[in-house]
Amino acid sequence: MITIDSLTKKYGASTAVDDISFTARNGRVTGFLGPNGAGKSTSMRMMVGLTTPTSGSATISGRRFADLPNPGREVGVMLDASAQHAGRTGREILTIAQQIMGVPASRVAELLELVSLTPIEADRRVGNYSLGMRQRLGIAAALIGDPSVLILDEPANGLDPAGIRWMRDLLRDYADHGGTVLLSSHLLSEVEIIADDIVMIGHGRIVCQGSKTELLQAAGTVVRAADVVALQRALAAAGLVAIVSEDGSIRTEADTVSVGRAAYDGGVMLTELRTADSGGLEEMFLELTADTRRERTAA
Amino acid sequence: MTATTIDPANDTVRTGRLTETTHIPLSRVVRVELRKMFDTRSGFWLIASIGITGLIATIATIAFAPDQYLTYYNFAKAVGYPITVILPMVALLSITSEWSQRSGLTTFTYVPSRRRVVWAKTLSAVIVAVASMLFAFVVGAVGNVVGSTIAGTPMVWDLSVGHAATIVLGNLVSLSIGVMLGMLLRSSAAGLVMYFVLVLLVPNLSSLLAASQDWYAKLQAWVDLPFAQTSLFEGMHTGAQWAHIASTVLIWIVLPGVLGLRLVMRSEVK
Repeated sequence: MITIDSLTKKYGASTAVDDISFTARNGRVTGFLGPNGAGKSTSMRMMVGLTTPTSGSATISGRRFADLPNPGREVGVMLDASAQHAGRTGREILTIAQQIMGVPASRVAELLELVSLTPIEADRRVGNYSLGMRQRLGIAAALIGDPSVLILDEPANGLDPAGIRWMRDLLRDYADHGGTVLLSSHLLSEVEIIADDIVMIGHGRIVCQGSKTELLQAAGTVVRAADVVALQRALAAAGLVAIVSEDGSIRTEADTVSVGRAAYDGGVMLTELRTADSGGLEEMFLELTADTRRERTAA
Repeated sequence: MTATTIDPANDTVRTGRLTETTHIPLSRVVRVELRKMFDTRSGFWLIASIGITGLIATIATIAFAPDQYLTYYNFAKAVGYPITVILPMVALLSITSEWSQRSGLTTFTYVPSRRRVVWAKTLSAVIVAVASMLFAFVVGAVGNVVGSTIAGTPMVWDLSVGHAATIVLGNLVSLSIGVMLGMLLRSSAAGLVMYFVLVLLVPNLSSLLAASQDWYAKLQAWVDLPFAQTSLFEGMHTGAQWAHIASTVLIWIVLPGVLGLRLVMRSEVK
């Protein structure tokens, strides 16, 4: 579990991270979402002791990162997959991690296999790696100590869609085994695919947080029927505010259950009923970050 | 156990087998830092160059030096000179690469105490230094035997154990210049430039000043580190020489080193 309490970082007059508090829970993948420059990386560096906070604290399972006896065995960290000596091979970078953490040498080959780096690729220097390969190597280095917490900055960056899917399965499995995952992203679609909980940050402040389900519900429902007019009537009868889109679908802020019941009561046959997807959350994402921007300008 | 590719049910991801954790011993950090000095092409060749230039120096001494010059001290000195020049760079780059190559992002999350990491790097450099100097003394001995035999001169073993020890100490002082600059500047390029300024340019300016200014000529031994260091290599004879070493090391290594360590502890690793 990662507990962030009133974490703040000021650089002179500007505030990079402004009093953020949240908890990344065991068994959950928490997505730390925000546009570039929102303060995600600074927050993560503070969590692992690379940057000293101006005030506030970050603890991992109740302890400060600097107080962990062998941090790599408890927290897997990947802040920047490209931040490696370009002249080392992938295998060497994992071997360094394996030796410093004091885990069996066999872990190196196991982890290379887990992240699908072939022995030939592993013996190449990371200066020649693609971003996707570096991300896989970074994940392997984070996992090699068998930690219970993962802190990953933009782990899906540079991965192709199959890679993102692979990452989702990997992190899902990790969380299902009780692990805690905190990952950042500036892309909503990525977080939506991978995360259970979302903490949205804009201009150093948390603008909203909650489970993905809650946040998606807040984004409303999309519904379609063969007879659009009848559906509109049924929704109105149930007191639901609905907007007809150009493509003939109807959007409403109500959840899928209320919409389904309204249609059933009105005797309307539905052709589609679902939670509004990324579109809704994306709008909220843009809106919320734009809100903070306006607040800042006003202040 | 045998891991099977990326099956999500595979328990390599989180096994719980490796949960017991104890404090990382310093010896382990030293071993890993030592490994990191050799495991890149640049690092490997930098250290290999000590051996290569040492061998070239031996051969050159045999080939070109006048016969009376073929003594053990001169061979050991010729082989040892590259160590004095190169080792500080090894120590310096070991520290600065954590910032310049940004590998500190991982190094300092494996070992959060930066003081420990820097200390381990210093100890690793000392290990390389001691090993290189043993190499220099052995190659020097071989050179002396071969050289004297070829020239038909008597073999002269003119290096006492005490003198050998001060040579080792002199090299460790050079090495700590690298450690100090590495901590102070945390940049490979700036560190190397400053290193050459300190060991090549400053001594020349210092001797120019000493030649023209009487007051400085008296002061020089107390403030000019390479000048004071010379006695460690040439042989210590007086207590004043030790006092000069102490004074210059304080000015050029201890004080800036303390400042550098503070910067290392405080600086943000990005």
